[in-house]
Amino acid sequence: METEVLVQAERLTRYYDRNCAVRNVSFQLNKGDVLGFLGPNGAGKSTTMQMITGNLAPSAGKVSIEGVDLLDSPKKAKGNIGYLPETPPLYRDYTVDEFLYYCARLHRVPRNRIRGAVGTAQERCGLDSVRDRLIGNLSKGFQQRVGIAQAILHSPPVVILDEPTVGLDPIQIREIRTLIRELGREHGIILSTHILPEVQATCNRVQIINQGCLVYSDTTECLEQQLHGNTLIAAFNAPPSLDEISAIPGVTGIDQLPDQRLRIHYENGRNPAETIAEEAVAGHWRIFELSPERRSLEQIFIELTCSEPAMHSKDTTR
Amino acid sequence: MITTIAARELKSLFLSPLAWSILAVVMFILAYLFLASVDAYLTVQGQLAGIEGSPGATDIIVAPLLADAAIILLLVTPLITMRILSDERRNRTLSLLYSAPVSMTDIVLGKYLGILSFFLILLALLTLMPLSLLLGTALDLGKLASGLIGLTLLLAAFSAIGLYMSSLTAQPTIAAVSTFGLLLLLWIIDWAGNSQNEASGLFSYLSMLRHYQSLLKGVFNSTDVVFYLLIVITFLTLSIHRLDADRLSH
Repeated sequence: METEVLVQAERLTRYYDRNCAVRNVSFQLNKGDVLGFLGPNGAGKSTTMQMITGNLAPSAGKVSIEGVDLLDSPKKAKGNIGYLPETPPLYRDYTVDEFLYYCARLHRVPRNRIRGAVGTAQERCGLDSVRDRLIGNLSKGFQQRVGIAQAILHSPPVVILDEPTVGLDPIQIREIRTLIRELGREHGIILSTHILPEVQATCNRVQIINQGCLVYSDTTECLEQQLHGNTLIAAFNAPPSLDEISAIPGVTGIDQLPDQRLRIHYENGRNPAETIAEEAVAGHWRIFELSPERRSLEQIFIELTCSEPAMHSKDTTR
Repeated sequence: MITTIAARELKSLFLSPLAWSILAVVMFILAYLFLASVDAYLTVQGQLAGIEGSPGATDIIVAPLLADAAIILLLVTPLITMRILSDERRNRTLSLLYSAPVSMTDIVLGKYLGILSFFLILLALLTLMPLSLLLGTALDLGKLASGLIGLTLLLAAFSAIGLYMSSLTAQPTIAAVSTFGLLLLLWIIDWAGNSQNEASGLFSYLSMLRHYQSLLKGVFNSTDVVFYLLIVITFLTLSIHRLDADRLSH
């Protein structure tokens, strides 16, 4: 399958004084990808974003955007990027219209297409109703949307959004996520966040970065599987003996938890939930909870960083 | 691209009341000084008419006006230039420019031309005062032009210094104070040059006042012009390097 490589980052490294913020991060973004960049606070997400947009020079490594090296010919490479930094760069004394016209000129949108480009961006980001208002007077959510509009205005092949949903209300978050998915059809998108569900809702690929190193890179489906893990949480009011449960096919181990809960480990692909439910009803164990255990992102981090220091990658595109 | 940035800079200056109030205050003070010197000229005019080779209206009214304007603008420049880069740094809007397909040179030159066009507007208004004298008397236009060129160059140098100071910090007030300090130092540095020591030649060369005075007298000397251009180029280059350093290391 031929895929168009939009962003190629090779062994990016960045030091702040002696502090290594990002170490040897390599990845690529293909056309049609929505790549989620996941990591706890201070993991190096923003630093990486800043390096691929040319806001920071890497201490070592290479970035190319659509095959154009960012360090050798920054002007040309930057023309293909739309970037929303952590703090949206907005001129508070401008109206939404004025600001977007200015951005369009700054990004060298041809004069006869500026009006159309601004109109489209406003429509996509739901800014039609506030186009004549001063940016400083807009709510945080609208300001964030202006920031996104600014990033997609010149329809760049690569859109990079650094925590785009911070400070938005749940409805706005849903709208922005829909927008990102829509954009993902025509653009390549890199999205950084520390919120796991956000990645699950919008991205088709995930990368997890921790303490400056890339510790995980795979498709979202694979991450989902990892998250589910092979454990169930079950709780009974009249618990059976542990042996009875161990006897159920597929069960490999049981941990006792507080509040009469049990964590049941099972073999990969042999989920015993159905059998447990049947046995529980038949044996009057008075089951009141049975759910697959979703591991939190933190657990995955711990697992990835402790057990496997090298990069875990099953990425087929590499 | 440079003009886009310059236009935005000029526009945002006029969006805030600062530019308007500075224009108003400066014009008011200069108009007062202008009227005072016109008045003084009118009282001595009769005696001057009898003296051979006595100074004319240009020397008595225009030259002092431009000299005063330079002092007032030295005080005002830091207020105009302080926000130019430091505000963008504080509001984190610089990344908009950094991620756009423009070079650091474009950014610095754009900002610089933005400030410069503000000062040219101010200068145009200022020029109307001496020109109004043409209604009643003859002026030495060559001398006027030389003085105006001097003031323009002086403002170009002031702005370049202000821009650089603004690129150093995220606090507009610090930018303003340091710009004011440096401008004042470069203005009065030849006071030390009056004493008879070895460095005095250098000090008096560095003084912006001295180069301006000869232009006010109508002496158009390329040394003076080059002096101002050197200041402009030096500080613009320093600003470009400062912005580049933002990207490189912390």
